[in-house]
Amino acid sequence: MKFGLLVSEGPYTHQASDTAYQFAVAAIAKGHEVQRVFFYHDGVNNATRLTEPPQDDRHVVNRWSALAAEHKVDLVVCVAAALRRGIKEEVLAPGFRISGLGQLVDSGIKADRLLTFGD
Amino acid sequence: MKKFMFVNRKAPYGTIYALESLEVVLITATFDQDVSLVFMDDGVYELVKGQQTKGIGIKNFSPSYRALEGYDIEKLYVDQASLERRGLTPADLLVSVEVLDKQALGELMQQQDVVLSF
Repeated sequence: MKFGLLVSEGPYTHQASDTAYQFAVAAIAKGHEVQRVFFYHDGVNNATRLTEPPQDDRHVVNRWSALAAEHKVDLVVCVAAALRRGIKEEVLAPGFRISGLGQLVDSGIKADRLLTFGD
Repeated sequence: MKKFMFVNRKAPYGTIYALESLEVVLITATFDQDVSLVFMDDGVYELVKGQQTKGIGIKNFSPSYRALEGYDIEKLYVDQASLERRGLTPADLLVSVEVLDKQALGELMQQQDVVLSF
């Protein structure tokens, strides 16, 4: 099955990004495709390479980057939501790209299921 | 063409969800999809007439709901119980809506390809 994911909350404050990541890993392991992960609302904060969690904690941002590198998952950050929150090209972690909300709609059209991770 | 339903559940101010939901709705309209909106829980407040936001220093974006018609978005549904519980009637709302009970809304949701809840 082809999945599109929407992450609507920021890292660490909220579990949404963790659960979305774990879902993506599990889906890929079962042979499904994760067509795109779209980051919206405070979810755009998952994309900044300036993130530095304590060493004994998971690195939410780097984990997404690694997933993108290993499995070519398209990590898309909403431009309008990102600019509002100070997320720009120059702070993007590897594997993320900034684009428009059209990419979320495109996921809804092309994926078999679009799953939301957030409140 | 797919059926997209946007479920708006939060008050217009206090969090950004209502405003950013509206932004997704307007973009989706440009993709020639079947778009409908549901307002339930505190989301019904998004449509209330006469919003004045000067006191909180946040832009009143409620006039944008009136523009939806221009984007051919005419399917606006409101949850009856949410409206009644807040002492509101369709006359209090700034756009014309179809008021539905929970069962009818549930049936509509079941017909959708994509349901996004904000």
